[in-house]
Amino acid sequence: MKQTKMKLFAATAIASTLFLNGCSEESAPKGIAPQVFTDSVFAVMKADRTNYTKLIVQRLGPNKGDFIKPDEHWEDLDNGAPLPAQMFRFGAEGVAEMTSDFTYSLQSIWPINSQNAPKTPMEKEGLQYVVDNPGKNFYGEETLGGKTYYTAVYADVAVSPACTTCHNDHKDSPKTDFKIGDVMGGVVVRVPL
Amino acid sequence: MTSKKAIWWLLYLLGTLLLAGYLGYQLVAEPLKEDFLIGETSHGHYQIELSCGACHVEPFGGTEILQNACLDCHQEELKTSMDSHPKTKFTDPRNADLVSILDARYCVTCHVEHNPDVMHPMGVSLQTDYCVQCHQDIAEERPSHEGMAFDSCASAGCHNYHDNTALYENFLLKHKEDTNPAKRAQPKTMLADFFEYMPQKWEKIEAVAAYSNKLAKEHHSDQIHGDWSQSKHAQQGVACETCHVNEESAWVEKPSYEVCSSCHTEESKGFLSGKHGMRLAQGLSPLRPGDARLPMTDTSHDLELQCSSCHNAHSTDTRHAAVEACLGCHADEHSLAFEQSPHGELWEKSVNGELPPEEAVSCASCHLPRIEKEIAGQKFIRVEHNQNATLRPNEKMIRSSCMNCHSLAFSIDALADPLLINNNFSHAPSHHIESIDMAVEREIEANAKKGGND
Repeated sequence: MKQTKMKLFAATAIASTLFLNGCSEESAPKGIAPQVFTDSVFAVMKADRTNYTKLIVQRLGPNKGDFIKPDEHWEDLDNGAPLPAQMFRFGAEGVAEMTSDFTYSLQSIWPINSQNAPKTPMEKEGLQYVVDNPGKNFYGEETLGGKTYYTAVYADVAVSPACTTCHNDHKDSPKTDFKIGDVMGGVVVRVPL
Repeated sequence: MTSKKAIWWLLYLLGTLLLAGYLGYQLVAEPLKEDFLIGETSHGHYQIELSCGACHVEPFGGTEILQNACLDCHQEELKTSMDSHPKTKFTDPRNADLVSILDARYCVTCHVEHNPDVMHPMGVSLQTDYCVQCHQDIAEERPSHEGMAFDSCASAGCHNYHDNTALYENFLLKHKEDTNPAKRAQPKTMLADFFEYMPQKWEKIEAVAAYSNKLAKEHHSDQIHGDWSQSKHAQQGVACETCHVNEESAWVEKPSYEVCSSCHTEESKGFLSGKHGMRLAQGLSPLRPGDARLPMTDTSHDLELQCSSCHNAHSTDTRHAAVEACLGCHADEHSLAFEQSPHGELWEKSVNGELPPEEAVSCASCHLPRIEKEIAGQKFIRVEHNQNATLRPNEKMIRSSCMNCHSLAFSIDALADPLLINNNFSHAPSHHIESIDMAVEREIEANAKKGGND
């Protein structure tokens, strides 16, 4: 009887230890939480984008120095420079060439290039959310191609007349009445879980 | 066991061993593995198809290994062409649905080699209407495309999968009103530029001393000396010994492309990337015209392609390399029609001194075009020595060559006319491609809409 009790005690102890260990591993995951990661990389993207717009395009473009011509087809101009949105996309492409640990893209419900329209149900939901809830970000999880992703969507706000004029005048733009301060689209950051 | 049976067994064993030895030796020790070729490759790879390791760089390994081999040779080309379907577009998880239809992350999804039965002209092994797989709804976005056949997207002169640098909408609009320019001229290369991007690597030998080398004297020929003394090499102090005497102070009768490439680095890089030099780039013997799939002249079959096959080794006059050298080997319909064509007539005038060379058209004007190239941050006009760089799809030639002398509209029409290509552009294009008209129509519609909104 005593032996059985001892066995039962030992078994319970081992099971509890395993259970508790399991619990502790789950409750304190190592590394950065997905949201902290997406918020952080977005901060870098936003800072770089703002700097490019203000320090390069605005200073050296037609509004001031007129040394460079920011243009959609900048490659075909001797003094052409990529538009801020294109510069952002080149960053995304450059990252995609280096890592598949995360991806990001610039999208809009009113895209000039229809390929940049939200496509997955979560992108559609997130892009609408940031339009409807100014100042708020959108977070969710989605499964694409059999993989689960943490998906964050950040509002992309019109900060300069260059953004609104170009979109309002572009023949492929579905919306032609953007104003400064409007949410024009969103940055979608995706991390595989 | 009867002795007869034993003899059979012995023969069987011996046969197996011999076969295994023969195949094993070829697999491991021979550079060319003809018994292992599982099927003919396309026009772009047959030159190196027996050198399995050129693409199958490791015996084991999946698509990634093969992909890297593709990129080793084609990566720069994809960059220059501003690839319309870059891999990064498909590695984005949001396009996982497209990847499940067509895995455009890998070259071999569309370009499967060793299967000549399914190979189409651009080295594409998919059905020719492959665009439909992702763009089936195109008519919704572009109503003008309603009813167009999906096998015509990339074959009618309107779109390409990779290179649309001369076909994208804004480019069409930018050049919508171009007429054939009055002044037709090719860009000019400058010797001074060459010295800029090619750091001086040879020891200049003064003309008087140039012939003092003992070995050079032993190999004297009046003809060669005459040609050389008139050449740019002589002017720059590049003498017999610079190319013909190697590091061991031995005479080299026929210096290989490697000797040329020590100074003409960029040019050699181009040569090695194209069909003329791709065998050399893989460490194989030089390409022989007799092994080509295109018709070649009977007299050229056993030549071996090096720099000096096209460039006279001792005279640096590039006119020979621009036409005569090409026609010395190439004997297809297009090549044979050159001399009687309008382009050929211009060339004839230039040879007779009636036209400056840059206003004439040679084979090289289109196939080895003078293009602007950035080297170490500076832009130079130089000759693209990869004669395949702009050959397929032929719309690649529009910006590098055609538009030096012709309007965009004319160039698009001409290149989309196979008959015209065969007779070397001997008459005006017989078909009109409507790309520019469609772009203009869309622009008018957009302006009308904008006007309405205002």
